Amino acid sequence: MAQSEYVIEAKKLQKSYGSNQVLKGIDLKVERGTMLALLGPNGAGKTTTVRILSTLLGFDGGSVTVEGHDVVKQADKVRSVIGLTGQSAAVDELLTGRENLVMMGRLYRLTADSAKARAQELLEEFDLVKAADRPAKTYSGGMRRRLDLAVSLIATPPVIFLDEPTTGLDPRSRLAMWDIINRLKEQGTTILLTTQYLEEADQLADKIVVIDGGRVIANGTANELKSKIGNDRLQLTFKDQKTFQKALTALGKTVIDTNGKDFMATIVIKDTNSDVKKVLETLSDAQIPIASMDIHKPTLDDVFLSLTGTQKAANTEETK
Amino acid sequence: MATKQLVFEQKPKWIMALNDSLIMIKRSSRHIIRNTDQLLGTFFQPIMFLVLFSTVFGGAISMALPKGVSYLDFLMAGIIVQTVAFGSTTTALAVCNDLQKGIVDRFRSLPMANLAVLNGHVISDVFRNAISTVVMILTGLVIGFRTHASFVDWLVITGLLLLFTLAFSWLSAIMGVVAKSVEGVQWLGFVLVFPLTFASTAFVPAEGMNRVLRAFAENQPITQIVEAVRALMLGTPTGNHVWLSVVWCIGMLVISVPVASWLFRRKTTN
Repeated sequence: MAQSEYVIEAKKLQKSYGSNQVLKGIDLKVERGTMLALLGPNGAGKTTTVRILSTLLGFDGGSVTVEGHDVVKQADKVRSVIGLTGQSAAVDELLTGRENLVMMGRLYRLTADSAKARAQELLEEFDLVKAADRPAKTYSGGMRRRLDLAVSLIATPPVIFLDEPTTGLDPRSRLAMWDIINRLKEQGTTILLTTQYLEEADQLADKIVVIDGGRVIANGTANELKSKIGNDRLQLTFKDQKTFQKALTALGKTVIDTNGKDFMATIVIKDTNSDVKKVLETLSDAQIPIASMDIHKPTLDDVFLSLTGTQKAANTEETK
Repeated sequence: MATKQLVFEQKPKWIMALNDSLIMIKRSSRHIIRNTDQLLGTFFQPIMFLVLFSTVFGGAISMALPKGVSYLDFLMAGIIVQTVAFGSTTTALAVCNDLQKGIVDRFRSLPMANLAVLNGHVISDVFRNAISTVVMILTGLVIGFRTHASFVDWLVITGLLLLFTLAFSWLSAIMGVVAKSVEGVQWLGFVLVFPLTFASTAFVPAEGMNRVLRAFAENQPITQIVEAVRALMLGTPTGNHVWLSVVWCIGMLVISVPVASWLFRRKTTN
């Protein structure tokens, strides 16, 4: 069978619970070796979509294939190529980390020796060696998530579903998780990730699909979406009129908005690293002190407001 | 990511399905030891019941017993069956627990036989009940229980008890799938098993019960098992009790295995 260009492909996916239609025709395509982020608020249909794509849930309309296999008719084939990490860490709390890994490896049909060797490898890689022989119920939230992800990688499936892998984690654990996910991507794994955090999608994904109310309301690369939503804004405040004026002269046209009363200037930044650095260098070269500095990122609220807004506008235009 | 090449099993589908069940039995059996609260129940509850019942009720009830039969000897079969019946509800707890937590989803996303999850809990429950039963018999022997059972009688007793705990565990699996919470399971187990074991001849002869209760007690499955095991232990005639017990247990299995499996499948696909 010729391998399809897309590893995961959903067409016009529909799902209802009784009279409540939660998915109203979702289209998704994920290319081999890339990461797609499914971004949306609670209740948008993210988890439902992932559960359908990973064979856990039936659906009412449309079609889904993973690695060219139909998720309904060839569920077993799909299951042998996917790994799933759900929202609640699905590990056996009474078993140790190692026992969990070996058990799941065996259920993936690995031989006993292979499962043991691979478990050790993953424990090392996920920084769980010390806790390996303790029951999982003694793990911290971050460790549990890492174990959960390790479990879904036990048979190195080429396709991974990550359903909100960092929700509820502290910032340090979140960064550790991002690190692991990035490494997975480098190794060529095809990944579908759901998240509520714009920043997370931005950091990790090649493409982003924004869903809301069971519909795709936007898709594209992070940059494409950002240009739709608007860029980050850097707000600089100065301590008096004199420095404020000097700063405005030094920064020139990059300032898009000023507030003379509070001595505040707003600058649009496209790339947080280089643009902020440039602004700071300009000011320090001119020896202008800054009283305070603030970066405003477009929040998820901004995204949805702006996206649902444009969609409504487009709809009205169509009906004209 | 894998530095070494992974090696997958290449065996026929039915062997792999069997293997899945073995893996799940191993998992659930580890729970017996790891779950310390439950471990206490497995060891001490039977001892407590046996000692309390035999000492508290022994004096009063022995007057209603046939001559030469001590209450402890009479009680032994009843208390074993009662403990096993209550012990079987652990299957319901374990199944319910798995369904509440995300782990069933994980199992279902694997290329494994899903019913292995139920098999694992049921079989480990049989192990647990076997431990409780041995503990009880040993305690009984220490406090004065004497048996007339031959080696063959003990084999029959073992077989009957295994069949009974298997049947009750499968019934219990249905409860575990249907119940909405772990507390629900506990109450359901209590409300169903308590009357069944007490309205039987497990603790007292049926002669003293009123007509309706007695009719129920003498014909329900728990009584059949209790009477069969008791007769074998005391060395008295077993009558129809042994084969009626077998019929009841097989009947329960024939119904509960497909129903539990069907409900489990249905619950986990929606």
